Amino acid sequence: MKRVGPFVFERRLAPTRTAILGYSLLAILAALAIMSVIFWAYGVSPIKAYSVIGRTTLGTRFGLMEILRRTIPLLLCGVGLVIAFRAKFWNIGAEGQLLAGAVAATWVALFSGIPAPWKIPAMFVLGFAAGALWGIIPALLKVKLQVNDVISTLMMNYIMIYIVDWLIHGPWKGPTMRGFAYTDIFPKDAWLPTLPLSRVHWPTLVIGVAAAILAVLILNRTRLGYEIRVVGESEGAARYAGINFLRVSLAVMILSGGLAGLAGVGEVAGIHHRLLSPTQVSMGYGYTAIIVAWLARGSPGVAIVTSLFFGLIFAAGDVIKTVLRMPFQVTGVLNGLILFFLIGVEPLMHWRVRLFPKGERWTGKAGSSGS
Amino acid sequence: MVDITKAFPGVVANDRVTFEVRRGEVHALLGENGAGKTTLMNILYGLYQADSGEIYLYGKRVRIRSPRDAIRHKIGMVHQHFKLVPRHTVAENVVLGLEGSPFLNPARSVERRIVELGERYGLKVDPKAYIWQLSAGEQQRVEIIKALVRGADILILDEPTSVLTPQEAEELFKILRRMVEEGHSVIFITHKLDEVMAVADRVTVMRRGKVVATLPTAGVDKPTLAKMMVGREVVFRLQKAVCRRGSEALVVEDLWTLSDRGLPALKGVSFSVCRGEILGIAGVAGNGQRELVEVITGLRRATRGRVVVLGEEVTNRDPRRIADKGVAHIPEERLRMGIVPEMSVAENLILKKHHRPPFCRGFFLDLRAVRRFAETAIEEYGIMTPSAQTPAKLLSGGNIQRLILARELSGEPALVIAAHPTYGLDVGATEQIRQILLRQRERGAAILLISEDLEELVSLADRIAVIFEGEIMGEVVPEEASLEEIGLMMAGEKRGVRA
Amino acid sequence: MDWQSWLIGIVGRALAFGTPLLWGTLGEIYAERAGVVNLGVEGMMVLGAFSAFAVAQSTGHPGLGILVAALVGGGAALIHAFLTVTLRANQYVSGLALTMFGLGLAGLLGRGWEGIPLRQPLPSVTVPGLSKIPLLGPMLFEDQSILTYTGLVLAVVLWLLLYRTRWGIVLRSVGESPATADALGVNVFLVRYLAVILGGVLAGVAGGYLSVEYRPSWTEGMTAGMGWIVIALTIFAGWDPLQAIWGSLFFGALYHLSYRLQAWLPPELLKLMPYAFAILVLAIAGLSGRRRGAPGALGVPYTRGEK
Repeated sequence: MKRVGPFVFERRLAPTRTAILGYSLLAILAALAIMSVIFWAYGVSPIKAYSVIGRTTLGTRFGLMEILRRTIPLLLCGVGLVIAFRAKFWNIGAEGQLLAGAVAATWVALFSGIPAPWKIPAMFVLGFAAGALWGIIPALLKVKLQVNDVISTLMMNYIMIYIVDWLIHGPWKGPTMRGFAYTDIFPKDAWLPTLPLSRVHWPTLVIGVAAAILAVLILNRTRLGYEIRVVGESEGAARYAGINFLRVSLAVMILSGGLAGLAGVGEVAGIHHRLLSPTQVSMGYGYTAIIVAWLARGSPGVAIVTSLFFGLIFAAGDVIKTVLRMPFQVTGVLNGLILFFLIGVEPLMHWRVRLFPKGERWTGKAGSSGS
Repeated sequence: MVDITKAFPGVVANDRVTFEVRRGEVHALLGENGAGKTTLMNILYGLYQADSGEIYLYGKRVRIRSPRDAIRHKIGMVHQHFKLVPRHTVAENVVLGLEGSPFLNPARSVERRIVELGERYGLKVDPKAYIWQLSAGEQQRVEIIKALVRGADILILDEPTSVLTPQEAEELFKILRRMVEEGHSVIFITHKLDEVMAVADRVTVMRRGKVVATLPTAGVDKPTLAKMMVGREVVFRLQKAVCRRGSEALVVEDLWTLSDRGLPALKGVSFSVCRGEILGIAGVAGNGQRELVEVITGLRRATRGRVVVLGEEVTNRDPRRIADKGVAHIPEERLRMGIVPEMSVAENLILKKHHRPPFCRGFFLDLRAVRRFAETAIEEYGIMTPSAQTPAKLLSGGNIQRLILARELSGEPALVIAAHPTYGLDVGATEQIRQILLRQRERGAAILLISEDLEELVSLADRIAVIFEGEIMGEVVPEEASLEEIGLMMAGEKRGVRA
Repeated sequence: MDWQSWLIGIVGRALAFGTPLLWGTLGEIYAERAGVVNLGVEGMMVLGAFSAFAVAQSTGHPGLGILVAALVGGGAALIHAFLTVTLRANQYVSGLALTMFGLGLAGLLGRGWEGIPLRQPLPSVTVPGLSKIPLLGPMLFEDQSILTYTGLVLAVVLWLLLYRTRWGIVLRSVGESPATADALGVNVFLVRYLAVILGGVLAGVAGGYLSVEYRPSWTEGMTAGMGWIVIALTIFAGWDPLQAIWGSLFFGALYHLSYRLQAWLPPELLKLMPYAFAILVLAIAGLSGRRRGAPGALGVPYTRGEK
């Protein structure tokens, strides 16, 4: 309990929903305010910038479609990360798991010889498996050898990036690509259908939404979800309850990595139709998905909303690059700022401010407890 | 300290408390858990700030905003949970932040002073030893030396005997007397009436955040103090039915295991517990009790020996298998192991049985069954909670323990391992839990009760085994043994096993 | 190429490439010794690299560039310190945010500076006399950077500071058990702030070294994950500044080898060597129980009175 002038700050035991919503919005607004400064420093009027962005992304059909297509990988990775974070498994490797899925899809499309009607389902299945595999390795390392999950998943990103680099420069280099480092274009039967006049590859979107719903079910209504939550909330209690850490970690990373793998399949089979350099396949979806998941505060359902929001930011980044002639990295700065402010306001959610009438003696009665 | 008031969310810890200490006296601060004694002293030491009230030292008003201020005003504090860095040496701990110590090799410079003080007050300790190598009693001496090196005139001790054997406690009292002779003042926080009578000149009794009375110990007796502490007549003896021993529920044979640091924590422990009886394990904390409980419940590897539950060997089986056999474990660390603080009361109530019917069917949890069980348990055990959905961390200590008991004792376990079940609880909860344990005993469960509270063991247990440095020193029947005898065993004197 | 020139090349280059790793690791060791994990090393390094290049290019003084890089790194670390120590936010996420922000900002500001070689890079030194010693001379004392030698000296100084002085005891105690230090009047917040800022300063210099001496130019993402290797190295070195020397030398040699072997193996696969080794190194540390040496309160925000 602190007194500053006429205000009394009381510590709350648990933040209320309005507090969470309010402060999260405050964080985003604060980040946008700093962005305005950056716009201004670049010689672009912030008002002009925001209005152009708003008009182009939200005001045109194409703009909305672009937001949607950017949302797809964010949603898939985001849901996976929500699950991982609930188990306190810091999966920073969604980027690499996404690429693993992309590699698997490319293999199915170009080199597997699987007949036409099975190609797309096979891409999804193997893409999930590849991402899951890439995620299992750090899980094993963490449980068996106490290797820090942040570092191991991160390192796996870099390893996968270089593997993809090697593939497109080496064995999988497309002979029709005239010296550019791409694979051949996928045959048409390996192209994902899109919504008319857009790049929204809707099967992946459907899978994403289904994954979010499934994740909610798993976390709240199944035994696995229960154990995931116990492991995440209290390691001591999980041990005491006899919960098998290995099983839970593996399950979590299979789901998380697999979903990211699906995102990779979507990008490569729905947007680019070939395997490109890693930074072109994933423009930081894996890393941005971390903020998507963090903002969703453990709820896969809310992740649908937060992934849309960051899809908007990505789409805005395109506008910033083409119309405002600023580098795309601006989105990286914005993402970083949002994350800063989000964790910065977190402690504020635990305090309540009250106006204290002057002159009244402190009676020692505490305010109502908790929410 | 005048009119000190301090509130935390949901509770007023100190309510207009006025407290004074005279020079050269031992002043006991008496009250049960949660009375506000530690909070008051934390304010004096600068760890907390009072919401209102003033502090006067030698007649002058002072502001103590942090421990640094307190130290400057020559106040020293020995906390109940020692504030020491285990990985550093005694000297390094003593010299931490010490004004006037040299920049280079400060630890070495303070070594001599440590030995000096040790001789003067009887606090012998090796300055070069690492804290983790020392016993609790020795660590406490380091804490006292830390305060003395900083020139403390007023020394605060918070429940200092909670980690000492009766003999070590006697030693401590002698040390305190010597300090008082040298002109220091000692404030002694405790909830044990015996200590107040043994060492204090005056006593202040606190209850629920308020001061009840301040009086010299010479003219008062224990029942009066007890009544002031608790507010009603305190029953010192529980009604216990005659012991009806059944078959062996737990047999431990020549059990060896290692501590976290890789040293042997159990060295050939053997005993058995039959259905319908309570075996108490007495001993000062840190002598292997924790490791014993962990090995029996499957949370720690035994390096040698056997654990047999209900006739089946379960040595080194995983905890889930052991629990499924009908072993209940009431853990020492309620908040870190016993519950998942963020989850709801209902979800906590199914914690170890969540993988079995009726709570789990295939992949899915049967949420309705969970809710039904929660409602029954809350009512049966009197768990005070706004709802079954409330996060468990919002419950008071007593209610958390009731939750744990409701969970562990459902399903009529054959063996109950209770580790310090009433530690830190108010009298109401303590009584209730002891009654629950006795009822389980009558029902035919075997109970292994680990406790630091000798009174509790004597009143509840049918037999008491004393553990010291990982070995069983001896076994006694409470009616026939004296506290002194048990105390000696706790300090390492071996006795034979008596039937 | 005879084995002698080969050895000289490897050790010499290992020293050179180990230098930024050493500076970065020393900084992170101090931050973590105070109990604060700073995953923002990558962001601080890249910001240091860019600011050093920009300043050196505009003023023609590479030394000034390094100085500015140090300040920039410290400033970035200040954000992390504020979030984690004062606001008690999650240390891992704060560091990640710092990295994202740093990489984005450096990329943003760096547009237009790319590809231009630095007109006045930091000159390398050859130690007179010592460089004449057969084999060891050319290996260790020829054509090295001032920052390499400064780094080595710094490691020794930081080691002494950590284990043999008052400040060292204070720092280590804050990281092991902040409640203990607080109860004795130590200003835990201040110690943590200073340690984290020092970490940033050293990381900034590490980045500056890259753009001003090792490869005098600026490319986006030129730190290429080195910040993460630093974090792995901190664990591998057991939070000991002297051990950090061997760790950074080892990885420096790895990086160099990955270039050397390009004649025989595909370059992309070689480039993933350091990252794979980082995992390997941590796995070995885990096996040998090295992780137990972590400061007791690492990663946990401190609140007075909270048990």
